[in-house]
Amino acid sequence: MNSVLGDRRAVLVFIGPALLIYSAIMLVPVLWSMGYTFFSGSVITGFTFTGLDNFTRMFSDPKVAEALVFTLKYAVILTVGQILVGYGLALIYVFWLKKASSLVRTLVFFPAVLPTVAVSLLFQKMFEVAPQNGLVNEVLNFFGAPSVDWFGSAGTAFLVIVIMDIWRSMGFYAILLYAGLLDIPEDILESARLDGASGWTLIKGIILPLSLPVLLSSLIFSINGTLKVFDSVLALTNGGPGSTTTPLTLYMFRTAFSYGDYGYGSTIALLLTMICLLVTVFIFRSSRRDLTKG
Amino acid sequence: MSLSTAAAASRSSILQPDNSSSRRRLRRNVRKLPAVLIIGLLLVITVYPLIWLLLGSLKTQSEFLNNPSWALPENFLNFDNYVQAWGDGNVGSFILNSALATFPALAMIIVFGVAAGFALEVMVWKGRGTVLLLFLAGIMVPGQMILLPLFTAYFQAGLTGTLWPLIITYTATGLPLTVFMMATYFRAVPREIFEAAAIDGASIYRSFLSIGFPMVRNAIFTVALVQFFFIWNDLLIALTFTSGSTVQTIQVGLLSFTGQFGVVEFGPTFAAICINVVGILVLYVFLNQRVMKGLTAGAVKG
Repeated sequence: MNSVLGDRRAVLVFIGPALLIYSAIMLVPVLWSMGYTFFSGSVITGFTFTGLDNFTRMFSDPKVAEALVFTLKYAVILTVGQILVGYGLALIYVFWLKKASSLVRTLVFFPAVLPTVAVSLLFQKMFEVAPQNGLVNEVLNFFGAPSVDWFGSAGTAFLVIVIMDIWRSMGFYAILLYAGLLDIPEDILESARLDGASGWTLIKGIILPLSLPVLLSSLIFSINGTLKVFDSVLALTNGGPGSTTTPLTLYMFRTAFSYGDYGYGSTIALLLTMICLLVTVFIFRSSRRDLTKG
Repeated sequence: MSLSTAAAASRSSILQPDNSSSRRRLRRNVRKLPAVLIIGLLLVITVYPLIWLLLGSLKTQSEFLNNPSWALPENFLNFDNYVQAWGDGNVGSFILNSALATFPALAMIIVFGVAAGFALEVMVWKGRGTVLLLFLAGIMVPGQMILLPLFTAYFQAGLTGTLWPLIITYTATGLPLTVFMMATYFRAVPREIFEAAAIDGASIYRSFLSIGFPMVRNAIFTVALVQFFFIWNDLLIALTFTSGSTVQTIQVGLLSFTGQFGVVEFGPTFAAICINVVGILVLYVFLNQRVMKGLTAGAVKG
């Protein structure tokens, strides 16, 4: 029996192709990319060795600082927003809509599967000011407020990105947290209710502490995903106005492909990977049990 | 809180005189009202932008310029925008490109990923923990970290301008999550089944094909669905390898589409976005429960 389940050649047949492709297309390029950090140039212009120049340049580049601040700001605000809205929705599903929530859950989840590009273009049209007012400005005008040039300033453009990404992902986080809330034993809730706990006290005293593990893992999933934000920003604001809404991912992309500097691009990518790595290590430290549950 | 105090408190609340039933019914009706309002609000927030999009795709240019954007289209059967987007806007060929990149990659992800998950979870060998960890690390690596070497490699291999870079890259980036999810699903299959099969003389390949594969068939479908959404909706990899070429995927095409038509012509842009949305909607109408389950199971990817 062990000779069958431990057949070395069969192991190789089963795992070989996956491991080979994965190594060649992901692991080797990661190392290769690290090698690029010591060079400047691109595949078209050729590479020249520059030692640690890329790193010294990165640490004194105000654009990297700006992009890093944007990335962190976006990740923190969006994570908090996603979790809060998602948790609110999950509570509504479980304790208010109860069995009737199935259709609502399904509908609110839907934007999460839509292509980011499509959603971004839709929101671009909705928040448009010129040449035609979009839906949002029309509503503002209806209430007597003047039209706002949403994509004209950094603050409002950031706001639109956040609104859009929360709209897109709230249903997803609601389901994630909903599953956690369903795991709370009914008898605990029942006895708390008999005890007279209801509404806010019930949430604060019983539900919140008991759903802390699932909240924590959602939090970490969310940070890990939002740090890599690319699609929605590129399609919605293209990093503008100026470079005020440019995250690290987009700055790296521009450096590499618009300015043809693979070395510096790789250095920024490495910085991003390091940040993601720290977060991931944190994932495995704090919620290993939930992860392996799948 | 401790259970004993809860039990004690519940006993005391039972002793108190109960509310009359009519008051309770009234309270229940009043309590239903906010629920109805919440449902309504949620539906408006989620669904209205999509309906607005659909209505916009049926409007003519003069309607866009002269009517408010919330107005209904004057002619509900005006599909000119779709014709223009599909033909002149190349949306038709973008979708074909997307399909030609997505499905081969999906097939390879499933075949290799399921086999790897089987080897990692069912078979017994030294170092399988390390290999699983190696795959797990891939979930976290941002795409930006592998783009530049891959671009160099594909460029030097002469693959730039074809769909091959996409198919290969999607296969590789899809594998970590697939292997991880499949290993999880195989863990749920009792080991005794495979051991019994081995004792009965089945080879490991037979075990995989006749026992392992059928037992996780549902899971495979779910994983394929999850990967489909990730690949179909991808922008970063598609933009890097197909931008400016004739093999643009729908997402890249849509992005350049607005650059080309967007500011001047609203109708075709709305129609192009709508085509992209409706395809996904059809899939979602039939498979929503599975999609929701699968995507939340794959939440590790963030």
